[in-house]
Amino acid sequence: MLKFPKSATLIAAAIFLSGPVSAEKLGLGRSALPEEIAAWDREIRPDGTGLPVGSGDALVGEEIFADQCAACHGDFAEGIDNWPKLAGGADTLDHEDPLKTVGSYWPYLSTAYDYIKRSMPYGNAGTLSDDDVYSIVAYILYSNDLIEDDFVLSNETFLDVEMPNAAGFILDDRAQTEYVQWSGEPCMENCKSEVKVTMRALVLDVTPEEEKTEVAAVVEAEVVPEPVAAPVVEVAAFDVELAEAGVKVFKKCKSCHQIGDGAKNKSGPILNGIFENAAGAVDGFKYSKAMRKAADAGLVWDNVELAAFLAKPKTYMKGTKMSFAGLKKEKDQLAIVEFLKSLED
Amino acid sequence: MSDNEKGNSPSRRAFLRGAAAAGAGALTTSAATAQTADTLITKVQPWAQEFGDGVDAAPYGMPIEHEGDVIRRNVEWLTADTVSSINFTPIHALDGTITPQGCAFERHHSGAIDLKKEDYRLMVNGLVDTPLVFSYSDLERFPRENHVYFCECAANTGMEWAGAQLNGAQFTHGMIHNMEYTGVSLRTLLEEAGLDTAGDLKDKWVFVEGADASSNGRSIPMEKALDDVLVAFKANGEALRKEHGYPVRLVVPGWEGNMWVKWIRRIEVTDAPVESREETSKYTDVLDNGIARKWTWAMDAKSVVTSPSPQSPITHGSGPLVISGLAWTGRGTITRVDVSKDGGMTWETARLAKPGEKMALTRFYFDTEWDGSEMMLQSRAMDDTGYIQPTKTQLREVRGLNSIYHNNCIQTWLVRSNGEAENVEVS
Repeated sequence: MLKFPKSATLIAAAIFLSGPVSAEKLGLGRSALPEEIAAWDREIRPDGTGLPVGSGDALVGEEIFADQCAACHGDFAEGIDNWPKLAGGADTLDHEDPLKTVGSYWPYLSTAYDYIKRSMPYGNAGTLSDDDVYSIVAYILYSNDLIEDDFVLSNETFLDVEMPNAAGFILDDRAQTEYVQWSGEPCMENCKSEVKVTMRALVLDVTPEEEKTEVAAVVEAEVVPEPVAAPVVEVAAFDVELAEAGVKVFKKCKSCHQIGDGAKNKSGPILNGIFENAAGAVDGFKYSKAMRKAADAGLVWDNVELAAFLAKPKTYMKGTKMSFAGLKKEKDQLAIVEFLKSLED
Repeated sequence: MSDNEKGNSPSRRAFLRGAAAAGAGALTTSAATAQTADTLITKVQPWAQEFGDGVDAAPYGMPIEHEGDVIRRNVEWLTADTVSSINFTPIHALDGTITPQGCAFERHHSGAIDLKKEDYRLMVNGLVDTPLVFSYSDLERFPRENHVYFCECAANTGMEWAGAQLNGAQFTHGMIHNMEYTGVSLRTLLEEAGLDTAGDLKDKWVFVEGADASSNGRSIPMEKALDDVLVAFKANGEALRKEHGYPVRLVVPGWEGNMWVKWIRRIEVTDAPVESREETSKYTDVLDNGIARKWTWAMDAKSVVTSPSPQSPITHGSGPLVISGLAWTGRGTITRVDVSKDGGMTWETARLAKPGEKMALTRFYFDTEWDGSEMMLQSRAMDDTGYIQPTKTQLREVRGLNSIYHNNCIQTWLVRSNGEAENVEVS
């Protein structure tokens, strides 16, 4: 039997004594069909229950990771900005600010497969094939120095991987370590001889400013861009081949940006019709202060500005919400700009 | 009073938000004598002369514009993106205990999804006699219950482990809301599917997951599942808001908010916990030695003075002062709250607005006479298990600084003689 905190056991005793668990059924709902259960009941357990037949390795995983994961998690799973770091942190758990990654902290590998399969890539969840997930998990393990690059991760080898922090957890012990000493009659008088302020929040100054909603509305009103001439897409200036190359590059963008009919704002704004239009102007998207400021100053996404932004977003615009590291190759920058040209609003 | 005069000198008062509106007349300790007649009384005002709005001016009403600053707020630097983030209930500006849905904190892992009632399905499967699928209208045909419960994120006050950091009760304690839920007990739905197949229930679990892309799965021991867990579809009398899991969410009284799965789509009876991301890599509490506690589900007794506080300074000078706050415990009911004005040297017992209710917020008041001198305001909750809310020092002795979750320490507001308050830590 599993051990529960004492209080839970007491509650449990009361419940089970209160009567057998068999009440009159109302006959509501319908039987779940096997294919329905199969579609939703996909969680993977620590003992490997639920793992699909399949395999992958870190080399394949590296490519998929670069396409699907690196925009947030970094090329080496090191994490960009506030996005989760997936690698590193070994032996830091008892240090100040421990780095809790799949390698340093996660007790079960099943959790990584389970989560990636069901909830990743971010903004495009549940689209990875079983083998892709094995490959990505293998790459994350490799990034944590937990497997060699020739290790093939599969449903058969899955439990061979040792997770360094598997034994790093204990069950809730507050009843023994805390409740006993923090109870009884509290002190009411002369509880301390003196009291001094030892730390002040104002020193750090990290509390958000209180912006009233009216203020926000005014700012938005100011953002209304000068009427821009309707984008005239000159047929001669449009390179179909280049735009097609851009379709492939766009894979790097699509976990955050949607395009086409029915597109919605996700982590990033819809990209229909942004070319040759005012920056920061997609309806309903909450832009960074930096982007709003640039829009105020009249930024228009032409060839030059877009390419510069996409090359190094954080350098081009300090404070942008776009956590993408940037397109290193000029060829890719040009291709994506050409592709964005083709997307009409 | 010299303190009074000093505390309300013009330069100091200018420092206070809203202080000017309080006017000089409010500064004395007894009823003031007006020097000139108040034109708000002597002159007919427009609102006493003309029409106001007709009915239907707002078919669904919003708070009046003068309350436009009573809103949820986000701390942008905390998270990478608002779709996986949290904001904070403006507890500094609310009173009573019920949190209006429109300003109750939000926590999403993959954004608040748009799921219609007619597209809603709830599956109960696993070790049950008959795996079932319920529609929304099926749920409405089961016997219903009403309960008021608080929902607190395990990370509430989590930014304060290493020191006083955020200057406002909204930010230090606002990952909490308290609503009256209407729904069907989870026990009823499990019994409808039948638990004979599960055999001995003592070592069984339910795994619950949401319909959003994060799917936020959590394992709940069967004892709790059969005790008081609710499958809820109404809050404060109306449909759940989109951001709180419309059309159906799980309510797990007294336990950390992450288990209150929104847009709940599946409940599976299992023979072991799943050990999902949210119950291993997150919502586990690292101690000083690097070992982490897991399954720390219950939210321990906690309280905070909501006013005065940094966002809710004293603007009326010395004299009668209402010190007000909230207390709660995930392990029963609040029995008592003590208040200290001197940083914990001496304590006095506050008045509970109503007797504590099980796993719901309790409002306390401490009606006092303020002499205008500096205060180090604290509150300390006790619950019916005999537990006393600990100081931050006590918590750190056991947990260290890296737990992130379950910080239920006693909070200190330094209230200056000008009425302004600041988040501080004291010895």
